[in-house]
Amino acid sequence: MSAMNLRRWLTALCLALFALVPVVAGVFGQPFLLDIFDRIMIISIAAVSLNLIMGYGGMISFGHAAYLGIGAYSIGIPAYYGYYDAALQLPLAIAASALFALVTGYICLRTRGVYFIMITLAFAQMAYFAFISVEEYGGDDGLVIEARSRVPAGVVDLESNVQLYYVVFAVLVGALYLVHRIVNSRFGLVIQGAKDNDERMRAIGFNTFRYRLTCYVIAGAMCGLAGWLLGNFNNFFSPEMIAWTRSGELIFMVVLGGMGSVFGPVLGTVAFIVLEEVLSGFTIYWELIFGAFLILVVVFVRGGLMGMIAKFERPRP
Amino acid sequence: MSAPLLDVKGLTKSFGGLVATDGLDLGVSAGETHAVIGPNGAGKTTLLAQLAGQLRPDAGTIHFDGADITGLSAPARSLRGLARSFQITSIFRDFTVLDNVALAIQAHAGHSFRLWQPARRDAALRDPAGAILERVGLGGRAEVVAGNLAHGEQRQLEIAMALGTRPKLLLLDEPMAGMGGEDSERMKAFLGSLKGTCTMLLVEHDMDAVFTLADRVTVMVYGRALACGAPAEIRADERVRQAYLGDEEGV
Repeated sequence: MSAMNLRRWLTALCLALFALVPVVAGVFGQPFLLDIFDRIMIISIAAVSLNLIMGYGGMISFGHAAYLGIGAYSIGIPAYYGYYDAALQLPLAIAASALFALVTGYICLRTRGVYFIMITLAFAQMAYFAFISVEEYGGDDGLVIEARSRVPAGVVDLESNVQLYYVVFAVLVGALYLVHRIVNSRFGLVIQGAKDNDERMRAIGFNTFRYRLTCYVIAGAMCGLAGWLLGNFNNFFSPEMIAWTRSGELIFMVVLGGMGSVFGPVLGTVAFIVLEEVLSGFTIYWELIFGAFLILVVVFVRGGLMGMIAKFERPRP
Repeated sequence: MSAPLLDVKGLTKSFGGLVATDGLDLGVSAGETHAVIGPNGAGKTTLLAQLAGQLRPDAGTIHFDGADITGLSAPARSLRGLARSFQITSIFRDFTVLDNVALAIQAHAGHSFRLWQPARRDAALRDPAGAILERVGLGGRAEVVAGNLAHGEQRQLEIAMALGTRPKLLLLDEPMAGMGGEDSERMKAFLGSLKGTCTMLLVEHDMDAVFTLADRVTVMVYGRALACGAPAEIRADERVRQAYLGDEEGV
């Protein structure tokens, strides 16, 4: 167990830092810190959900950002008609994402490898163009959401930036814990076994399709929840949120942080967004430096940032 | 005489112009060890793939334990008690040895839509898996990552996983493939110890193993059963000697 210590400590440290950000931002009068870390945590939830299917299940979805969009539109569209109740919006975000995952997954999961990547991309692009074509909801430009989801008074007030921040924090911790439980459960072992050797899984008696589809739906619903948070955070939704480059960024974050480790995608997201902020302050060609950095990490550090940290741990007895 | 445990009738499978299985009839009785031998390309592995459900036959029927399983998927056949080992080692290389066998047991321990309790601390899976590893002689290697095992050990794990599904019929595809002398002696002894506890259909090139272990031998040539009988009859059969065994004498 001692070999796990460094990574456990790092996870605890990161989460503690996240929890302290509103205090620091308040004391030093730097509200932009709150914004950055809100965004980091929300995108982290999406990356953690992608890692569940990609890192553990070998299902490389190139359309995972679609669920961010579905979650955000689940606030935006009801809000457009004057329905702000979280009791409507939140279940809608989760159910719509789960349904999209179920329908598309049923088709995608019949393919493997490159075909799977392409077909997930195709479905996400369909969603993208569907959102663009609906002029009523702003089409290309998207729409402003007049008010955040309304929760019964006395619980939380999402209009408060700090309270929204802690809701996001709680969801992230919950998502991490859920994924941790799932990947170590019987279900999780089936998912990982199917990634490793699907033919063998079937030969020993697992109908792997059902398990993989269920996993795909869980990840979609979790990302839809992140989309619900993102819509509330941005007070805005647009098709741009689910452009294919967004899905690509999510894959980058997962690979950068370390596939197949529960917390890795959070590290990847932190590194991605912080680097983006810092480098773009230096030069307009920041993407060039950023790309080179990504290539170096992928080539030289198998297992991403988490894999790098694991190397500093004492070897297993 | 009661119906055989496995009853194959008129099994046919072709790939383009190549007929890999050509109207094959085969019966395996409960309790026996039935060897299938034949030269390379005779269609032995294709036969096993059709029996275990990885390949669908073009024609013919497969009855197992009294039911027609011709249309069933591989997992459905496994749940009915048909297990297969692979000629080219097929294990979960990223998992530990114990995980590999525990997964096979889990597959037959109800559904796996259990998302919360840690499976690696589940004594209902780990204990029987450990017992099987002891049986096949991998007891001391339980926590090793399977991909790091030596070749011979991986072959043993291959059998251990099949046993983890508690099969009524074990389909063994060249269990001794690529094994050195000592490993292959140990495997032979182990398969001998399985005799009687488990019905086996054994595809094997090691003639010494075949004639030691088998109660009956089927000789396959060009996708057809050329002869079937007790080892002594097969050895004496002139057609078999010509088609197959004669080639082996010089080896």
